[in-house]
Amino acid sequence: MELQAVLMAAGGGSRMMELTYNTHKPLLPVGNKPLIWYPLNLLERVGFEEVIIITTKDVQKMLTPDRLKLDGKMKLDVVCIQLEGEMGTADALRHVQQKIKTDVLVLSCDLITDVALHEVVDLFRAHNASMAMLMSKLHEFTETVPGQKGKKKAGEQRDFVGVDATGQRLLFMANEADLEDGLTIRKSIMCKHPSMRIRTGLLDAHLYCLKRCVVDFLVENKNISSIRGELIPYLVRKQFSKSVNLPNNKDEVEMSQKMEGQTNLEILGSCKDEELLRLTQERSCWNDHHGDMSEAYHGGKVRCYVHIMEDGVCYRVNTLAAYIEANRMVSAPKLIEDPPIHPSAVISECTQVGADSIIGASCQISDKTSIKRSTVGASSTVREKVKITNSILMNGVTVEEGCNIQGSVICSNAVIGRNADIKYCLVGSSQRIEPDGDLKMSRDWPA
Amino acid sequence: MADADETSKQAERNTNVGDGIAVKKQDIARAKNEGKELTKDEKQRLRKEKKQQKKNKKDDKGESEHENVPLPPSQAVVQCQSQKAPSVAPSLALTPVSVCTSEKPAKSKAEQRAERRARQEADRAAKGKKGESAQQPPSGKSKAPPNELQPVVKRLPEHVQVDDPAAVRKLAKKLERQQIPVRSEYGYKVSLFSHLHQYSRKAPLTQQISIPSTVIHPYIVRLGLQYSQGIVAGSNARSIALLHAFQKVIQDYKTPPNEELSRDLVNKLKPYISYLNQCRPLSASMGNAIKYVKKEISNIPCLCKEEEAKKQLLSCIDNYIKEKITLAATTISAYAIEKISNGDVILVYGCSSLVNHILCDAFDKKRKFSVIVVDSRPRLEGREALRRLVKKGICCTYVLISAVSYILPEVSKVFLGAHALLANGYVMSRVGTSQIALVAKAYNVPVLVCCETYKFCERVQTDSFVSNELGNQYT
Repeated sequence: MELQAVLMAAGGGSRMMELTYNTHKPLLPVGNKPLIWYPLNLLERVGFEEVIIITTKDVQKMLTPDRLKLDGKMKLDVVCIQLEGEMGTADALRHVQQKIKTDVLVLSCDLITDVALHEVVDLFRAHNASMAMLMSKLHEFTETVPGQKGKKKAGEQRDFVGVDATGQRLLFMANEADLEDGLTIRKSIMCKHPSMRIRTGLLDAHLYCLKRCVVDFLVENKNISSIRGELIPYLVRKQFSKSVNLPNNKDEVEMSQKMEGQTNLEILGSCKDEELLRLTQERSCWNDHHGDMSEAYHGGKVRCYVHIMEDGVCYRVNTLAAYIEANRMVSAPKLIEDPPIHPSAVISECTQVGADSIIGASCQISDKTSIKRSTVGASSTVREKVKITNSILMNGVTVEEGCNIQGSVICSNAVIGRNADIKYCLVGSSQRIEPDGDLKMSRDWPA
Repeated sequence: MADADETSKQAERNTNVGDGIAVKKQDIARAKNEGKELTKDEKQRLRKEKKQQKKNKKDDKGESEHENVPLPPSQAVVQCQSQKAPSVAPSLALTPVSVCTSEKPAKSKAEQRAERRARQEADRAAKGKKGESAQQPPSGKSKAPPNELQPVVKRLPEHVQVDDPAAVRKLAKKLERQQIPVRSEYGYKVSLFSHLHQYSRKAPLTQQISIPSTVIHPYIVRLGLQYSQGIVAGSNARSIALLHAFQKVIQDYKTPPNEELSRDLVNKLKPYISYLNQCRPLSASMGNAIKYVKKEISNIPCLCKEEEAKKQLLSCIDNYIKEKITLAATTISAYAIEKISNGDVILVYGCSSLVNHILCDAFDKKRKFSVIVVDSRPRLEGREALRRLVKKGICCTYVLISAVSYILPEVSKVFLGAHALLANGYVMSRVGTSQIALVAKAYNVPVLVCCETYKFCERVQTDSFVSNELGNQYT
């Protein structure tokens, strides 16, 4: 077996509490499919047959195959963890360490992308890398986010990512928050890779291929709790740290381990390094860089690679703005093969449903309504003379006659009263909007 | 008199031939000597025999010519050992090749061939005119005698039949059966090479394989990627990597019930080999390594337990690498170092692992020499050779192949590596090697080709167009 997939679905969605206070993040509907469907679909399309899903108990109850609408025969192995323990992603990976027998592909449940996964995995395979990850160009969100007055400043801290001349080897990774007084780059990195490109407009897709020895290393070092926050920067730094003089005897190895107190990643990784692989590299007339006197990869055993997607769909749905943007984008035919209008929806003839709208199952759309660039969830009822533009309606929403909904997000089971005029609002779950209400840029959810 | 001599010689040579013909010959000889008029049949028979004898004589003459002609002193004479190839310039003018150890076997081979042909002729004559059976094509190896105009089926390898749609279809069907993705070809093809694969490197083969690859072993997928991206390049490196991957495959292999390891494992390896062939055409050394592994697998006794069989196979592969690659390199460098004298200027081309090994060993043994590295585009492999030699401490000069005639007057010896050695003595190597050898010959500089025996193959090729590997048109 080559790779095992691990899907992290235990996150709380802390940056979009308006949506997740009632619905768990993996189950948020995007384009009328639960959010977790997208990474699972990606894995299934590529050929995975088994996935390990790490999630909470509540979500596990909902993760039945028919609910998930998975067509294929992928086996889901759901592992529960307690959310109260404040487990980071690395802790979660340590929790399932028993099940992991080969290299592992870690995904986040909020990733919506149509990347050709073989590009990331090929880097991992061809260079025998310790880690390969996916990044994408950051898209600016242009839609007005309901409930936000004025444009939100880029409160998100930027990531500084340094890649080498080929654009594939990852040399440097730091978050703006960690750089108190400027960006420092070690001289050893500059000596080995004199040409480095530092990019800031990149989105980390949280998709990582990790080698088995990295998982073993995680097990030994319990102080690492987050993959993205701690493990990845550690691996990137480790590529260039002074290599330990590898002792040849096994006894020496154990002694040095005891002395260090912390298991060295290199020792773990290099024990597996075989004589024949070394011989192959010696006889092969290939080098990944030219111009200095060192051998391929500068003799380093730890290598980190990144595949940067220049075009294509790649979103991480962890904020409200991203959620809205994702809903727009998933009507792109690449991601969903189902028709945008579900066959069981009942739509009367005098309605106008735009081509880029998605109507869920068992909907009832009455006469003289117009739905443009919107998503209507399953089992919703839309009465007459309603205008819905640029909005997202989740499951079970009832919209009475004469309403005008623009640029809003209506959560599940809400009821919008007659003739209500809602612009750029967020209506929480099971809320009622009074008839003739006039709401602009407000959020309506229970305090 | 001369005639009589000739016929008597013929009679002598054909002592092994069937009695009927020998007797007739003696009759004819007697008839001639007695001055009788030969009958029409006898004349015809005599003509046929003469033709045959001429053919045999030519073969024998050919071998003896090669043995007797003294080698020109400018060419380095290399004693034929079991591991070294004789020096050769693969140009149009055939320089004689010294084949020391094969004197005696050569003659008897020619005799055997003549014997076989005569027997075949006799058989066919005896059968009479059974037209249909005579149409049966002989097996690929034995050739029909040129007297009989029989259709001979020559089985061309599939990689040089790309312009034949039937062969392409057959290959596609075979790959489909093995569930291996097919390489995509690009639109515009060079008509000179229309018989060779010209494929686009934009879409990697891994796009069509499922990500945790189940059909193909993950190590083989990784190896295919490394071949196609050039990370593992060079004949020796590719063979070692291939054998290493095979070791992993054997380790992970589990005999299915009701199957024998010796038969099933070979079948398991076939799709992997097709896949590697699709990633990059196999080299001669890889072909020989595969043959060896397949032979070892088939020779496993059926009563052997799986664990033991696996252990045996793994150790066989280790031994193969140790003997044919590592020890061969040591032995060859021991002989080659004798040819390097102090003050030599040695020219090398591209990056040959064996030549680099020899030069590094010679430097360790305190020989004083300097090296000129000749390089060529697009691969510019000479840079890697330059790096390794300079790291060792050897004085090097670096030129491109366009400057080779400028720099050759300063060169005392040329060392070349080989990708394969063909059955007719031709050396197959990186493009540009024959140019270097030609220029060296023009300047009377000795050329030494270093090649391990596991790279010898039974193919015969007289030019570089009939079978070759084409590079990427866009680099």
